[in-house]
Formats: sequence, structure tokens, C-alpha cells
Amino acid sequence: MAYSNKVIDHYENPRNVGSLSKEDPNVGTGLVGAPECGDVMKLQVKVNPATGVIDDAKFKTFGCGSAIASSSLATEWLKGKTVDEALAIKNTDIVSELSLPPVKIHCSVLAEDAIKAAISDYKKKQAATGKPAEKAAQPTA
Amino acid sequence: MTIKLPIYMDYHATTPADPRVVEAMLPYFTQHFGNAASRNHPFGWEAEEAVEKARKQIADLIGANAKEIVFTSGATESDNLAIKGVAEMYREKGNHIITCVTEHKAIIDTCKRLEKNGYRVTYLPVAKDGRISLDELKAAISDKTILITIMTANNEIGVIQPIAEIGAIAKEKGVLFHTDAVQAVGKIPFNVNDLKVDMASISAHKMYGPKGVGALYVRRRNPRVLLSAIIDGGGHERGMRSGTLNVTGIVGFGKAAEICKQEMATESVRLRKLRDRLNDRLHKGLDEIYINGSVEHRLPHNLNISFAYVEGESLLMGINDVAVSSGSACTSASLEPSYVLKALGAGDDLAHSSIRFGLGRWSTEEEVDYVADKLINVVTRLREMSPLYELAKEGVDLSTMQWQTEGH
Repeated sequence: MAYSNKVIDHYENPRNVGSLSKEDPNVGTGLVGAPECGDVMKLQVKVNPATGVIDDAKFKTFGCGSAIASSSLATEWLKGKTVDEALAIKNTDIVSELSLPPVKIHCSVLAEDAIKAAISDYKKKQAATGKPAEKAAQPTA
Repeated sequence: MTIKLPIYMDYHATTPADPRVVEAMLPYFTQHFGNAASRNHPFGWEAEEAVEKARKQIADLIGANAKEIVFTSGATESDNLAIKGVAEMYREKGNHIITCVTEHKAIIDTCKRLEKNGYRVTYLPVAKDGRISLDELKAAISDKTILITIMTANNEIGVIQPIAEIGAIAKEKGVLFHTDAVQAVGKIPFNVNDLKVDMASISAHKMYGPKGVGALYVRRRNPRVLLSAIIDGGGHERGMRSGTLNVTGIVGFGKAAEICKQEMATESVRLRKLRDRLNDRLHKGLDEIYINGSVEHRLPHNLNISFAYVEGESLLMGINDVAVSSGSACTSASLEPSYVLKALGAGDDLAHSSIRFGLGRWSTEEEVDYVADKLINVVTRLREMSPLYELAKEGVDLSTMQWQTEGH
């Protein structure tokens, strides 16, 4: 299979490989896919509670080169975005940026799922802890 | 010594033609181009003579009589001819065929077609070592069984089935026995009489001959096997396979068989050493790697390893100057990982993590070392970015985890 230069670049020089502390209330973790399907992505975001902006993003991926590239690209795009902006990232954006062939579209879908899962985890944590940061963002009563 | 890249380590897929084979073939393209079926002039006689010489060379390699060799376009056709030919010829006697789940698609898909036409097929399972159970085979045989077809050596995992034992059982029960011997002939000793094989499929391009030519060994005595032809025409090959013979290909096939017969003993020892060297190096450099299938009953030039927590296609991408193949679904058009590895009960994740190495006549120690070192680097790097490796190191049991699988 021929890979686009961008996929090869992300495979050879993956951005933001690693892990953030799952215990940190400002960190959201998404783990999607399954080993028997041949791809699993773990994507994490760290949100600045004061600004609601994603300060850091990390990933680890078990999967083909396109899956690695999709998650690597996703972490690049996530940094500096607000949580709402992050949710607007679509798998089709990843497909066109990496020139993924039709058989690899599921890799981009998985990356989008990972973003959504990470942010939903972050929101759940925030709701559970009732962090003042979340309230501070609201207009004062 | 510098090594030439890319490195070819996929000798189960195909082999380059030996230069001695090519040399033997060349005169038959231009000088001796006759049709072996032309009985009235020297052009035909020369071609026929060359074909008969090749027939003898191939028969000698497998301990057969030259008259028992039927030339075909390749082993897929040989498998089709054996199974469909027996099924049609012995329809009156019965409609039951026994095969195995790890057979090549040329066998499986042929059997599936026959099932649609009213035949019954038993697909024997294999144990973790990749071999069938002889007791299960015996239990599957009924008075309606007309054929047992079990491959000699598997194309993915190189596991060798107990062919002599199967042959003895088939003989005792009076059932015909066919074996797809493509990966074994020319690589390990294979004698149709010692093994009590009634039919065997062979292919030239897996043994350093040209592509597009194969053969089916069809026993003529004890018992005399009768086959219905699947290709009709001029009645070539004793009526079993019509069509003008591929004389150049057959000449090359014969020469390839002759070379294998002479060199197999030394070649297999050399390749086994290389294969063991590759295996040892990988095991020294990496933890959690698993050989798929029996180590003991295995072709000397085959290695099939699963590198846990790393997906096969990403592995291949990291060793893109090495030609090997992977059991991962991502490398092929299908979405399922290798059915052979799944049949071993390895689990889909390990099937996705597998690589097949096939060594051959031109493999060198330098190549083996290069491939091993490169793989160790790539697997280490990919494990650092594998969430599965991280979870496993944290002590999580991956098999009991709840995975989000919907939609994939």
C-alpha cells in the first residue's frame, strides 16, 4: 500500500507520544477501538481550567501507519483549541489532511471518536468534582 | 559485505527463478518452440521430448512414475482438478470430503463450491500447534467419504501435517488422499509412496521455477485414481487436462525439480540455521514474542512470529526495505486477520501482530542480522507508543478489558 508523505512523516516522527496523569482532574482520557479490530487509540487532553483551552495533548496508538498518523495529527490540532473547538474536528478533516485512501477512513473515524471520548471524560470529571473553574466560567449569580 | 536492499524474505509467496532454470528454458522460446502435441514433425517431437524429460525430473523428486504427473497452470488448478475431479468421478460412491480449516484458499473455496452442489465437507480443526488430530480425522470418515485433502505444509506458519499417518488411515479406510504439497516439495523429503499419497499438488514458482506452471501427481496403481477433467478440449495429459502444454514453463519446472533433488539436503540445513539465527536474535532482543504453530513440525525455512502489542502493518512500515508478509487484516483487502492464525486460537490481537518470514536459496546471514536488528528497533519504538503495551505493563489483563468495538 502506498502511503502519503504526511502519513509517513507522522509515522516516522509522531508528535506528542506519551501519557498524562489520568488522576489529574484537568486531564480527559479517551481509549477507543479494540485489539481484535487491529487498532486501539488512547488520546488525552489537558485543559487549562482558567481559560478552557487545551494546553497539552498526548496519544498512544496500536494500529497501522494511518491510525498512528491520524492520532498524531489530532494531538497537533487539539493543542491551543478550546474544548468546543476541539469537538468540531471532523474525521473528514483528517482524511483530507493525510490523503487517506477509502480503506483507511476508519482510522480517521477512530481519531474523531478518541477526541470526543477524551473531552467527554474531561467534562465528566469536572462535573463530578464541581471544580470552581467550571463555575468561574459561568456568569456570577 | 554490503547488503542489497530491499531484502526478499517472502519465499513462501514466490521464489525467483534459478538462473540455471532460465538457461534451460531459453531455447524453448525460439529454437524449439514446437507444440508438444504435434505428432507429424520434428518441432513437435523435440517439444514432446523436452516435456517428457521434465515429467521424469519432477516424478523423480517425489518418488513417482513419470506417467503419474499431469501438468497444469499452477497449484490452484491442481487443487481444483483433484477435488472437483474426484467429486464428479466418485459421485456414485459418496458425497463427503474431509479437509482442514487452515488449508489454502484454493482448497477451501473449491470445497465451498462443492457444498453448494450438494456435497458435504468436514473442516477439521487444528490444535494450537497447527496440526490436525488423527482421532478426529478417523471419526470424521464415513462410508460416504470419497476424499481426504490435507496440505503437507502450511503456507503461513510452515507447520507440517502428519501426512504419512493420514495416508495410512486413508489407505486403511479405502478413501482417496490428496495433499497440497506446494510449500513442501523441493524443500523437505516428500515421497508419494512412503506417505501413501494418491494425489499431490505442486507448483514450479515455489521451487525456483517459473510462474504459470504446476502439476498434479495422480496415482496409477494401488489404487488407480480416476479424475473427471475440469477443462475440456483436445484431451491432453491423458484426458485429465486439455490445453496446449506450456513447454518452456514445463522445461523450467523440470530443471527446478532436478536442482531441488540434488541440493535439498544441504540447502535445508543451511536455511534451518539461518531461520534459527533469526529466531534467536529476535528472542534475545525482545520480550513477549510468540512463534505461531509447532516449532518441531515445521518447514526449515519458515518463521511466523507475533510481536505482542504491535500491529502488523505498522511493523511492516518500519521495515519497508524488507519484503515479508503479515497476518494483519490491514495489509490485505479483507477486513479479517489471517484465518490460519485465528484457527490456532491465538486471539485476533496476536493475529494482527504477526509477521511471516520465508527464507530461501539466496538468503544470507547478513540479511538475517539486518532484518533482526531492524525489527528489534521498530518493535521497541512502536511499543513505546502502544497503549496496549502500557496497559499490560501496568498489570491490566487485556483479555478481560471492555473494548469499545461498535462501528469498527
